[in-house]
Amino acid sequence: MSENGFPSLRLVPKAEAPLSTRDFKTDQEVRWCPGCGDYAILAAVQSFMPELGIKRENTVFVSGIGCSSRFPYYMNTYGVHSIHGRAPAIATGLASSRRDLSVWVVTGDGDALSIGGNHLIHALRRNVNLKILLFNNRIYGLTKGQYSPTSELGKITKSTPMGSLDAPFNPLSLAIGAEASFVARSIDSDRQHLQSVLRAAARHEGTALVEIYQNCNIFNDGAFEVLKEPGTRDEALIRLEHGQPIRFGAEGGSGVFRGPDGELFTAPVTPDNEARLLVHDAHAASPATAFALSRIADADTLHHTPIGVLRDVERPVYDQLMESQLATAAAHRGPGDLATLLAGGDTWTVD
Amino acid sequence: MTSQVDQSEAVDGSDGDKGRSGSAEERPATAGSADAHAPGGPPPSRAKPIRRLDRVIIRFAGDSGDGMQLTGDRFTSETAAFGNDLSTLPNFPAEIRAPAGTLPGVSSFQLHFADHDILTPGDAPNVLVAMNPAALKANLPDLPRGAQIIVNTDEFTKRALAKVGYPADPLSDGSLEGFHLHKVPLTTLTLEALKDSGLARKDAERAKNMFALGLLSWMYHRPTHGTESFLRGKFAKKPQIAEANISAFRAGWNFGETTESFAVSYEVPPARLPAGRYRNISGNLALSYGLIAASQRSGLPLYLGSYPITPASDILHELSRHKNFGVRTFQAEDEIAGIGAALGASFGGALGVTTTSGPGVALKSETIGLAVSLELPLLIVDIQRGGPSTGLPTKTEQADLLQAMFGRNGEAPVPIVAPATPAECFDAALEAARIAVAYRTPVFLLSDGYLANGSEPWRIPEVDELPEIDPKFATGPNREDGAFWPYLRDPHTLARPWALPGTPGLEHRIGGIEKQDGTGNISYDPANHDFMVRTRQAKVDGITVKPVEVDDPTGDARVLVLGWGSTYGPITAAVRRVRADGGEIAQAHLRNLNPFPANLGSVLRSYEKVVVPEMNLGQLALLLRAKYLVDAEPYNQVRGLPFKAAQLADVLSAAIGTLDEEDHR
Ligand SMILES: Cc1ncc(C[n+]2csc(CCOP(=O)(O)OP(=O)(O)O)c2C)c(N)n1
Ligand code: SF4
Ligand SMILES: [Mg+2]
Repeated sequence: MSENGFPSLRLVPKAEAPLSTRDFKTDQEVRWCPGCGDYAILAAVQSFMPELGIKRENTVFVSGIGCSSRFPYYMNTYGVHSIHGRAPAIATGLASSRRDLSVWVVTGDGDALSIGGNHLIHALRRNVNLKILLFNNRIYGLTKGQYSPTSELGKITKSTPMGSLDAPFNPLSLAIGAEASFVARSIDSDRQHLQSVLRAAARHEGTALVEIYQNCNIFNDGAFEVLKEPGTRDEALIRLEHGQPIRFGAEGGSGVFRGPDGELFTAPVTPDNEARLLVHDAHAASPATAFALSRIADADTLHHTPIGVLRDVERPVYDQLMESQLATAAAHRGPGDLATLLAGGDTWTVD
Repeated sequence: MTSQVDQSEAVDGSDGDKGRSGSAEERPATAGSADAHAPGGPPPSRAKPIRRLDRVIIRFAGDSGDGMQLTGDRFTSETAAFGNDLSTLPNFPAEIRAPAGTLPGVSSFQLHFADHDILTPGDAPNVLVAMNPAALKANLPDLPRGAQIIVNTDEFTKRALAKVGYPADPLSDGSLEGFHLHKVPLTTLTLEALKDSGLARKDAERAKNMFALGLLSWMYHRPTHGTESFLRGKFAKKPQIAEANISAFRAGWNFGETTESFAVSYEVPPARLPAGRYRNISGNLALSYGLIAASQRSGLPLYLGSYPITPASDILHELSRHKNFGVRTFQAEDEIAGIGAALGASFGGALGVTTTSGPGVALKSETIGLAVSLELPLLIVDIQRGGPSTGLPTKTEQADLLQAMFGRNGEAPVPIVAPATPAECFDAALEAARIAVAYRTPVFLLSDGYLANGSEPWRIPEVDELPEIDPKFATGPNREDGAFWPYLRDPHTLARPWALPGTPGLEHRIGGIEKQDGTGNISYDPANHDFMVRTRQAKVDGITVKPVEVDDPTGDARVLVLGWGSTYGPITAAVRRVRADGGEIAQAHLRNLNPFPANLGSVLRSYEKVVVPEMNLGQLALLLRAKYLVDAEPYNQVRGLPFKAAQLADVLSAAIGTLDEEDHR
């Protein structure tokens, strides 16, 4: 681990003096709808960035298209607002050729899971050193409210007046299935939690996928209300912490257990079963438990929604492997010599 | 209008103006020429007469499993090493192993070599090597009477004949009477030669292509050591197979020397090319080297993002072998990710390149538009193939010109560079990189299947002759108040600054949304958009490119033939024919298709007639008509194969003829 605690940033130059939240704000007018959850995420990210301790100019935000994808304009770093769904591909080229950069991707549920689904899963399996923030508002915001691949079945929108017909993706299950080495979830309204997840993601070497539940107060208001309302949130949210028994509810009165069939279930914690509480292991080699946790929530009510880091494992990182192949080639054959290359083997001379 | 072209030349496919293939001079048997030794033995005294030819066109044809491409490649290498000028045309089915013995399964390799400079693989072969009935049937229509045919008689079984619809055996029914037929039991002879090799019959049989190569090497006095060392290298891990192939190769050579059915052998003396060191090179290899050279000359690390597609994959393969040059190759999940990664790398200061063919370009369009808007250097290499859709994946075509020119939403001008010959692919890659870097723009490099797989001798350039490319990165603020404006342009080139992440003080955000001139901030202002659209166009229009050169030896020509891309060889060969026949014609060839050379308009207007041959339905002609209001006359073929020089010569002569007729009316 490097001195600042972020091994994934080992090659990124350190800031000479500490930076502040203000250093990461731009002069651009933020153009999200008033009340949009994106504001809270922006503020959380801006105030988190100084913690990385790296030079601001070595930070790049790459986004696709969508309300969420306007994000880079508001970060006083380098940034690319690209095209719909392609940010992971563009960021892959950047991160795999410039290991001295901290590269972040900002994407939406439509951007990442519809048009860009292919790039997302391949970025995850490759494990390029990218931090992907997926703003999931379960709706297409920018195009004014069509249902998205995370919208619940039967969703009534302008394009689905009688209800949507297709079953949604579970982004975290999808990511785990795509061999993701880091998978986490947080919520726009809980800055402290969101920053703790960002911290873990920034530490992780390889691709990190952070799903952030984000409220679109215009087209899908209250989608995550049950996770925020003081009256319901304790029962609805499961806060995962590595190495800790998984408890939730008022005073931790409920917990997650593994049944005899291997399936996970929730139940009130009693003195009898307390010892059998599932202890969260984000570093487990097998993705099976993380996968089960990603699916423990009730899809209709969102009750028992886990947040925090579901999975965080070490796996070879694409850009490191790429770099080491270049180094190996240069070590074995010497640095390339153009004249030798052009001449090749079979030549003849005409006088 | 009938052609004035000497029929013997038109038929045999010469494109040289200085010799005829009929002009063979016979020499008595002498000691073997110094260049051709009996493989593995002392220089033999040639027992048979030797005839001297100025050029030969050979076509090797067989089943796709017969190794014809390898055979052709080896003969080409031997020929290059010998010092002939040469041009090749591989032609193979899209299927890896099409059904054996069928017409669609035939794979061929044509090679034209000469003692003078030549431009095409030749219209019609003088020699056909047919490994089976399908190969004979598929290729016979291309053969002029009097050509030599070498057939593997072992494959002419009743069943094989029936498979391709031969009612009777063409080797004995008299239908080949007008040809010099050599009936050789290639399989039997190969098995005989390898009977002590310890190989199973099936494995031994597979060496029959090397037997054929040995025989042809004897016939044309090719040096043989290259092939032997090639075989040793290729089968280094299977020495038994290497030795078997070498034995078959030698047996083929000795068969020519001793058998009576080959009465003479032929000599084609080396060509007198401009002084220098040469190697044989294919278009895709030259292009790959051009990209590495551009990286070296600019100091920009090369980053290739690509998705495999015929006929572009060989560039991905080649570049992947040169990691010691700091070359990063990224095999993406699709075409879009390939170009996306290349663009991302460009943002980070690499020379971003994506390689593909027409269908891939279609997928990349949106990202090319983004690159136009971001104004970052990026190379899009399109090795064109037959379209639309999957089309003819292994055949050549030039029908992506308008896609490259206009295939994007909005006004999205992209410069286009097109090499004319396989070796020129090297220069074209450097030229495309020069434009991309100097003007901060994506650039199209349009090659095609014929250039990609065809090969020719290449004079190897000295590294310091190559152009230098200066990336001129932004290093500090460009405003007096210490601000950095990412769209503040160079007043001459209109290029914007290229500021790399990691440069302090130059943090900026760019994107596909319209930007305010100068600051680069999002802007929806109508006047600003109009200005930015025109400015991006003006930047591309203002790129300096070399004037187009016109070849008009007498200065009296009234007809100009204008081409682009790989039609250069056939057009030039046709022009030579027309001139040899007394016709006057001017020729010009475009390497820059966007922007056009500044003098193109005046060149076009100084001829009464402009003929534009293209392997599409008239795409360049359309552009010329639109831009210059000239009556450019298209001549088009989309057969998946290059033009034949003889046909083109007829077209050009006819064009001259109509003008003459009009005069006399
Ligand atoms: C190629 C392309 N297709 C469609 C669009 C239109 N479009 C823009 S954003 C968007 C969906 C955005 O949804 P999401 O990714 O969830 O982002 P949000 O606006 O909700 O943050 C669509 C369909 C586009 N910009 N480009
Ligand atoms: S439409 Fe929804 S997601 Fe988009 S800015 Fe408005 S509130 Fe936010
Ligand atoms: Mg959304």
